[in-house]
Amino acid sequence: MSIRFSHYDPEGYYDELYEEKGQPRPGSTLLLRKFASLPEGELKKRQEAAERVILNMGMTFGVYGSDDGHEQIFPFDIVPRIVSASDWEHIESGLRQRMRALNLFIDDVYHDQKILKNGVIPNELIYSSKGFLQPCMGLNPPRGIWCHIAGIDLVRISDGRYYVLEDNTRCPSGVAYVLEARQVMKRTFPELFEAYRVRPVDGYPIQLLETLRSLSDLPDPTVVILTPGTFNSAYYEHSLLAQKMGVELVEASDLVVVDGSVHMRTTKGSQRVDVIYRRINADYLDPLAFRNDSVLGVPGLMDSYKRGRVALANAPGTGVSDDKAVYAYIPKIINYYLAEEPILANVPTYVCSDRRDRAYVLEHLDQLVVKATNEAGGYGMMIGPHASTQERADCARRIEADPRNYIAQPTLALSRVPTLVDDHLEGRHVDLRPYVLYGRDVYVLPGGMTRVALRKGSLVVNSSQGGGNKDTWVLS
Amino acid sequence: MLSRVASSIYWLNRYIERAENYARFIEVNLNLTLDLPRGTTEQWEPLVATTGDHESFTGRYGKATKETVIQFLLADAENANSILSCLLAARENARSVREVISTDMWEQVNRFYLIVRAAASKGLSSQNVHAFLADVKANSHLFLGITDATMSHGEGWHFARLGRLLERADKTSRILDVKYFMLLPTVAEVGTPFDIIQWSALLKSASALEMYYKRFGRISPDDVATFLILDSTFPRAIRYCLIKSEDSLHAISGSEHGSYQNLAEKRLGRLRAELDFGDLEDCVSGGLHEFLDRFQGELNRVGDAVFDTFLAPRPIHSTITGAEAQ
Repeated sequence: MSIRFSHYDPEGYYDELYEEKGQPRPGSTLLLRKFASLPEGELKKRQEAAERVILNMGMTFGVYGSDDGHEQIFPFDIVPRIVSASDWEHIESGLRQRMRALNLFIDDVYHDQKILKNGVIPNELIYSSKGFLQPCMGLNPPRGIWCHIAGIDLVRISDGRYYVLEDNTRCPSGVAYVLEARQVMKRTFPELFEAYRVRPVDGYPIQLLETLRSLSDLPDPTVVILTPGTFNSAYYEHSLLAQKMGVELVEASDLVVVDGSVHMRTTKGSQRVDVIYRRINADYLDPLAFRNDSVLGVPGLMDSYKRGRVALANAPGTGVSDDKAVYAYIPKIINYYLAEEPILANVPTYVCSDRRDRAYVLEHLDQLVVKATNEAGGYGMMIGPHASTQERADCARRIEADPRNYIAQPTLALSRVPTLVDDHLEGRHVDLRPYVLYGRDVYVLPGGMTRVALRKGSLVVNSSQGGGNKDTWVLS
Repeated sequence: MLSRVASSIYWLNRYIERAENYARFIEVNLNLTLDLPRGTTEQWEPLVATTGDHESFTGRYGKATKETVIQFLLADAENANSILSCLLAARENARSVREVISTDMWEQVNRFYLIVRAAASKGLSSQNVHAFLADVKANSHLFLGITDATMSHGEGWHFARLGRLLERADKTSRILDVKYFMLLPTVAEVGTPFDIIQWSALLKSASALEMYYKRFGRISPDDVATFLILDSTFPRAIRYCLIKSEDSLHAISGSEHGSYQNLAEKRLGRLRAELDFGDLEDCVSGGLHEFLDRFQGELNRVGDAVFDTFLAPRPIHSTITGAEAQ
């Protein structure tokens, strides 16, 4: 036996593949037995082979500031995360519930604001949110659905339960890596896919296209993806999704509004566009409606949208439910609109704009993780137990200067998954981003992006900060 | 098809074809110099002259030697036409149209780029330059084959072929021109066995030697020129390239052969007709080099017209927002 699996130790963390030291969970026994049967050095060879496949596929992320053709190769670990069928059933029902509640909330915020009038959420919290867009008041997206595509970040901690960490309801990215990671894994461990019943993820592009088509009443609407261009860090994903859905990938300069409708410039003149999956931020969509300093965007697009001549996914304005301070209220939001208890709990969250919460946060900075309410990608985050005295003092000053911009959460002991380090396995912390679509009905992709903090002991899983990815196997 | 997308497909194919032809340029010169009689000096200057990047070369390298010229044409990132730059540009264009080309095409461009990048950063010894140039040709052919086998032969494919063949027509004319610049040791050598060896090396670098023999049997300068300029079935011959480019142009616009709807069709049709209804005598009465030079100019004007007709972002006249009565 080349790898001594009986020696693997979860070290007190919840481990996704092991119940306790040397004791695999039922779903992972087959996998670990397979690993154990491989000859010396074989696992490392397969890791290298997988990396070559990734290089040849040109799977990249993060375009900014690197000298090598702007891109970095996607860091990937070949040990998958395995999710049991019953765990997934629980996650899926929780996500369906959350997706419905989020949409009812956004629609209310831009119409009657009953939830504010009833005092469930403070007025000023919404009006001070950078994700709240005044020009969206009174808009009526098809069937009242605003957020069609969401990525909901989950974590699992020592009690073995899943918690929601963040709701990405603007332009969540990463699903391309889910699709491509599966391709890589099928080439790396074909024999395991024969032995396991892993639920396929390849249906996502079809579901996404159906979701987008459902936004138009036409029998055969023209759907496009709007990208900021090849220099965007998620460009790989934009092109992959367009390719898999067979739709045009357009840049803002390819679009023009003519007599209230959106058209794209083609070699044979202009062609009408009916549905836009926009992968650019809402405030850059239309310089006439939002930022008039923007050189990006399509002048007149919002006007066309308001007239119902074109559909946008996600609708502009969904950022209001993506605000990390608003996040703290989601359990109340679920309760308010659906009269149900949340199936997936939130992580306890201290909202610094609240005086009592703020006082607690400032006193316990050495135990808490502080996050900026409007940042993503792990930027603006301070992990108290790992920070220096100076970093904590700086953080306290920032909170006092602009409390609305910060929330804090306890430092979570994120669950771990065995990860290949040289020629053996070590536990590394992970989170999970499943993808949820909402067209005529809610669809949850059986799988998701498992991000792993590749540095020993690190809790930061973002790919911009030393994180990598794993394939996520949902068993049927 | 989006104009921007058409433009990227067109340029993707031009750059791949250009890289292949630069490999052929270097190859023809290596072959020619290998056959030089003892005591004659190698001629690398002419090669730079044929590419048209003479100024940029002398500005940075000064003297043309085998090493500097190969570095300049193969691995110099500052030379916009080097094989390395071509692959970088081809890959960027492919990246911007990944949703239109097939995954197999993308992966081939990406692999091709990685091979060239690795060679350029490692440096090549004279022993493995030959192997590398063969690799470049093979990878270009592979890309072409994958394109033909995995992409629908619709509008995008026609833009691909148009780009590739306009580029190839230009480069074949330049390969032919190498011989003009390549001086024979003495005038008396014209028509000698040594001259014949040079002409066959030239045919070989256009992958044309065997097909040439099938048509003409023996080497004569006039027949070589006839074959590379006027043959209608050899795929690297200039006339063949123009015929197929024109087919693609008409497939894109939907207009009939023998007529034109736009400037690109008009210019290309005239240029093609000149070769259809002319013989070598007509072409080279003023000198082969002069003919090739003029031809390259005309071909550039075709390229400009393709850009203006299909690829340039044109304003669409609109009454933006609010003008419509509600």
